Amino acid sequence: MRKELVEKIKNDPNYIELVTKRTAFSIKLTIAILVVYFAFILTIAFDPTLLGTPMSSDSVTTIGIPIGMAVIVFAFILTGIYTRRANTEFDDLSNKIKKSVKDL
Amino acid sequence: MQRVLTFLILSALTLFASDVITGEVQKQGLNMSAIVMFFIFVGATLGITYWAAKRTKSAKDFYTAGGGITGFQNGMAIAGDYMSAASFLGISGLVYSKGYDGLIYSIGFLVGWPIILFMIAEPLRNLGKYTFADVASYRLRQGPIRTLAAFGSITTVILYLIAQIVGSGKLIQLLFGLQYEVAVILVGVLMVLYVTFGGMLATTWVQIVKAFLLLAGATFMAIAVMAHYDFSFGKLFATATELKDISIMSPGKLVSDPISAISLAVALMFGTAGLPHILMRFFTVSDAKEARKSVFYATGFIGYFYILTFIIGFGAIVMVFKNPQYLDMAKQAIEGGSPILGGNDMAAIHLSHAVGGDFFLGFISAVAFATILAVVSGLTLAGASAISHDLYASVWKKGQVDGLKEMQVSKMATVGLGIIAIIMGIAFEKQNIAFVVGLAFAIAASANFPILFLSMYWRKLTTRGAVIGGTIGLATAVILVILGPTVWVDLLKNASPIFPYKYPALFSVIAAFVGIYIFSVTDNSEGAKAEREAFEAQFIRSQTGIGAEGASEH
Repeated sequence: MRKELVEKIKNDPNYIELVTKRTAFSIKLTIAILVVYFAFILTIAFDPTLLGTPMSSDSVTTIGIPIGMAVIVFAFILTGIYTRRANTEFDDLSNKIKKSVKDL
Repeated sequence: MQRVLTFLILSALTLFASDVITGEVQKQGLNMSAIVMFFIFVGATLGITYWAAKRTKSAKDFYTAGGGITGFQNGMAIAGDYMSAASFLGISGLVYSKGYDGLIYSIGFLVGWPIILFMIAEPLRNLGKYTFADVASYRLRQGPIRTLAAFGSITTVILYLIAQIVGSGKLIQLLFGLQYEVAVILVGVLMVLYVTFGGMLATTWVQIVKAFLLLAGATFMAIAVMAHYDFSFGKLFATATELKDISIMSPGKLVSDPISAISLAVALMFGTAGLPHILMRFFTVSDAKEARKSVFYATGFIGYFYILTFIIGFGAIVMVFKNPQYLDMAKQAIEGGSPILGGNDMAAIHLSHAVGGDFFLGFISAVAFATILAVVSGLTLAGASAISHDLYASVWKKGQVDGLKEMQVSKMATVGLGIIAIIMGIAFEKQNIAFVVGLAFAIAASANFPILFLSMYWRKLTTRGAVIGGTIGLATAVILVILGPTVWVDLLKNASPIFPYKYPALFSVIAAFVGIYIFSVTDNSEGAKAEREAFEAQFIRSQTGIGAEGASEH
């Protein structure tokens, strides 16, 4: 990539907006999955019996089952949230940047 | 052709009938329906290979299927790569024997995917061409970085290949009654055929077909199980706990202490993001948008699959466990209890027979075989690319080589890897290889991932830092696995391990990051200065895709 191209994109408000917004969004979502997963795994490590609590007194199903399933579904939903925003908002921004440097 | 088919179907039916009469279906002789379906699958995949071979003309076609795979197809292929026979049979077997622990394990394998999407997928697609070393060496010195990355890739690939091929030999031996060596050679030869002739295009479609078959088969099994219990989890679990024990509903011994728990989590999360055959899949799509769609679909398929394996594991408890048809009486006579034929990993296979008879058993056996073939093909292609693209074309020839020559070297490397896989597969038949996959993940997490991640996001990274830190991570992972319980005690028969934890990743990943940091920030050479200055341009390309490799024209 040539130097003037780098300089131009670096100062492009669309580029600055893209990088700031996407970085913040990625970090937030990464923290979300890490917090949920580590909360799950460390709960098991520190108190193995907690997730073994039955859902109700006459049921053998433990609260760990829906919680575990929920972690799987949560991971999938997060990827959906990211993909949706990136496919629209972030792609619009990068298309604008691409357009502005097309002639360079 | 028609006659042959009629004959095959008739003989399958005869066999089915005779099995019903004698009731000895689990005697591992020839399972006709399995063999028929196996031939159909092999025929179809060779057809795919023939079709792909005609479309594989350039190096780009060979490595990345021309870059024209769609996000949905690639998501399916990634799922096909990731849902190995080990995870299908292993996790359903773990649920079958330990209940809830199987779910904990599968969740660990899934959570790496969102992180790959948020951090890795798009910059990887925007910066790379054929291998992840393209990205790691983008602004660093080609020679040392590619050598290290290729070494990390090849080690991961060979370890993973050994695990898959030994497992496959035993599985095929059990399912089809073939001799172990014959099974290993068969797998090795087929994978070399797919990869050398059909390249990435054939590999991708074999993976897509296999992912579809595996998801369809697993869905059928899960529905069949749930139908027995009026689609009520409560009833299924109630029956399972009556047969086994209430403890299967709670976390067991898989996660014993917090350090092991975190270390396993780190290995699975970052290891997934450092597996060369997984990373390579991102170069098969046209742009960053398709790359992120791939992860979205892949996460969906893989998550759905893990929920199915959980149901299948419990289904096996209620329909296979204590079912005299699947009882291994010889083993029971020695060890007591209710062992099933072929061990716990066969739980899903027996369940397929319990819900769908011989025909469905044949289908699932053929799918398990297809699974092995698809995974080893992806691995071999990734290993061969590291040899031809990184070591041969970039390090040795310094990029001065044409694509066709590079492709030839890649095909030779594929044959070489096939031979290594067959020899290792036969050599390791009787060895305890439980540590191998763990070691592969540890190396991927401690050497491949830190270099890749920091090269994308950290301006101050230098060649010196990446090479020394990456080597420290790799060495720490290998040494700690050797000194840990799986090798030092289980394999080398020492009394107690020198390093107490089974999973070294927490320590080796930290060692890698600290090493890379120290040896980068203290690097004041001229080269280091230039590498830091080149970050800006690289970062712009990684974020916007300007200048990125596109799909090929045809």
